[in-house]
Amino acid sequence: MLERYRCLDLCDEKGFFAGKLLGDMGADVIKVERPSGDPSRMRGPFYRKKAHPERSLYWLAFNVNKRGISLNIEMPEGQDIFRRLVSTSDIVIESFPPGYLDQLGLGYNNLKQVNPKLILTSITPFGQNGPYKDYKASDLVLMSMGGITWLIGDPDRPPVIVGGPPQAFLFAGTYAVIATLTALYYQETSGEGQHVDVSIQQCLVPVTLNTIPHWTLNANLVKRTGNRRAGLTSGATQRQTWQCEDGYVTLTIYGGARGVKTNRPLVQWMEEERMAPDYLKEEDWASFDLAKVTAEDWEAIEKPVAEFFLKHTRAELFAGALQRGLMLFPVYELKDLLSDTQLKAREFWVNVKHPGLGSITYPGAFAKCSGAPVKIQRPAPAIGEHNSEIYRDEMGIPEERFLSLRQSNVI
Amino acid sequence: MKALDGVKVIDFTWSMAGPLAVKLLADYGATIIHVESATHPEFFRVSGPYKDNVPGIDRSGYFAFFAANKYSLTLNLNHPKAHKVTRRLIEWGDVIADNFTPGVMAKWELDYEHVRRIKPDIITLSISQMGQTGPLGKVSGTGTNLVGMAGFTAITGWPDREPVQPFGGYPDFISGALSACSLMAALIYRKQTGKGQMIDVSQLEAATQFLTSSILNYMVNNEEGMRKGNHCDYAAPNGVYPCQGDDRWCAISVITEEDWSNFCQATGNAPWTKNQIFSSFSGRKKNEDELDQLVAKWTAHFTAEEVMDILQRYGVAAGVVNNSRDLIQDHQLIARNTFCELAHTELGNYLHLGELFRLSLTPAAVERAAPCLGEHTEYVCRELLNMPEKEFTELLIDGVFE
Repeated sequence: MLERYRCLDLCDEKGFFAGKLLGDMGADVIKVERPSGDPSRMRGPFYRKKAHPERSLYWLAFNVNKRGISLNIEMPEGQDIFRRLVSTSDIVIESFPPGYLDQLGLGYNNLKQVNPKLILTSITPFGQNGPYKDYKASDLVLMSMGGITWLIGDPDRPPVIVGGPPQAFLFAGTYAVIATLTALYYQETSGEGQHVDVSIQQCLVPVTLNTIPHWTLNANLVKRTGNRRAGLTSGATQRQTWQCEDGYVTLTIYGGARGVKTNRPLVQWMEEERMAPDYLKEEDWASFDLAKVTAEDWEAIEKPVAEFFLKHTRAELFAGALQRGLMLFPVYELKDLLSDTQLKAREFWVNVKHPGLGSITYPGAFAKCSGAPVKIQRPAPAIGEHNSEIYRDEMGIPEERFLSLRQSNVI
Repeated sequence: MKALDGVKVIDFTWSMAGPLAVKLLADYGATIIHVESATHPEFFRVSGPYKDNVPGIDRSGYFAFFAANKYSLTLNLNHPKAHKVTRRLIEWGDVIADNFTPGVMAKWELDYEHVRRIKPDIITLSISQMGQTGPLGKVSGTGTNLVGMAGFTAITGWPDREPVQPFGGYPDFISGALSACSLMAALIYRKQTGKGQMIDVSQLEAATQFLTSSILNYMVNNEEGMRKGNHCDYAAPNGVYPCQGDDRWCAISVITEEDWSNFCQATGNAPWTKNQIFSSFSGRKKNEDELDQLVAKWTAHFTAEEVMDILQRYGVAAGVVNNSRDLIQDHQLIARNTFCELAHTELGNYLHLGELFRLSLTPAAVERAAPCLGEHTEYVCRELLNMPEKEFTELLIDGVFE
């Protein structure tokens, strides 16, 4: 969809997902790294656990669909080349500290002289303005200041972060793309570029769901409740993750119409195996109101359900739930995810060949778009892999000058 | 000018992933007609929190928080004359967004195959649990449950405890935002080529993107994900530490040797920081539990805000673990217009979710409070869809707008 656009990606881990997503949608994304490479290349996990800038699985994961050049934008010759690149680009995405590019004379006001249609997208922990703009941050600090960490974890332990790669940076990359494309849409209407300012902390706030309304309306401070669901108006919590014979499943007992559709068949299923107590069989699910269910009620409801689940495997429960229309899902480990039949049927997984490392399985398209497919077309680049292609073939820098730029460590 | 002036969205979304995607367009100038049923009100409208804890169709702060700038049209899609309104909607709109269970939109002839016959360049965005196709394509569910299937639950929490859920419908926030990415790209593509398209977002597939490196690690190194609490392979100390007050915490990350040296200085070079076992990263990592306890002893002398201030003064990454009360008082979030107080008919002056990123030339404008149910039915039909008054009155009497 974005084939006609070129994007220069100067980001480290805070923003490199943005360029990947633009590349997935067809943009020509050029990763511009310092000659020693993006420092995020030294973040693990590593291919066969050997730390090396070309073997970071973290970096390889989020830098596919990019060509790569090396360039020192702190040297005047590097800056000249950068300005030339900017003049033929539509988008620049960067994640330097606020003010860094301005100091180099490469801030938005400078670059817009070179290319008035340019969209410069800056991804920083807290944004370009405000009292914390120069504060230091990490994924954990941002997830915490964005309000997510507070809501997760067992009540008797400190709040805890979401597992997996740094989630804050991935949210930021995603929001940066929405913001950039919004600006690009406007540029297509008006011919004018602009500066897009993404604060990582800020774009995490929606994930707090309805907890701010709970506070602003009723001074109800929603707290972490382990694997139980909070945020009910009754103040009670209900179990969401249940142990079964070989792991865990998730199931929410709902009220209202949703509850009628799912709670009845669950109790019937338990009854088939003579595991449903009378009070569950007699419950009038049509009038079951979550707002009125007390902690004691939950305990009575959950005990027999928990016993029932313990007698079954995840696969049995999931299959039975699908048959009966229950919203019960298995808690997958990675191996389960990779063998999931639905994902296979949709041909989700793709193999990406990395020179020197062989073929690695990746998650495929984040969306199936009928107009032009979202897909991985090239592996992540090695440091400076496309220097010759871009500097010599596309920009027409003569051989001699190319070699001298290389010798003087500009590229 | 606003960035998305002239973009028209027919919004059938409900319950998070869809509303989040649409909100982002609404704030930058797109016109959003939120189509709702008065007889089967959507989940958010009948879920709390309600103002004064009193339920009411227009009293849900949950619905309102995410629904600024939208127009509300009530429409009974099962009414035999509903097609008279949907036809006009389709002719008016550029985008139809929904996150119903697959098949529901087709039942109303509002899926891409039907709609494109009326409007060949329409863009439809459909977000579902597992996609529109495949053996489990018709499965309904919520992000609250899907989060386990997407792989997050198993790796969130403490190694010695049961896994815990990331809060709320975590995949909704990933898939909602990724949906907005594809929708914006489709709008740009349409502007250039005149072509519409169908976008099929599976929440499961979208959520998995946020675990890509873990998946690669499993494929290459055969390593399953693990619950690590707040620990991190390249930082120590890295955690959430107790501070003065009830349930108050500050997050701290020490990544480089420079960070460590700054951290030590910030503690006034406390004797415990000089212990040889902490002098290198590998030493700190190896003795991390002991280090965590010592850091916690230090942080306990201060408020969370003081810990953040002290450490940031020395250039160490630290931040208050913000709860809802903290978020709306956070100086930085306030400076970025993250919340907007708007006058809502039932809720009074109510804090809506505001700007989520800043565009220098065409900033967000969170201007109109969330709509009451059907608040704009007449306005939408008469002004936006140019429906003659007589037709509107007839349909109204027939109960189409219920």
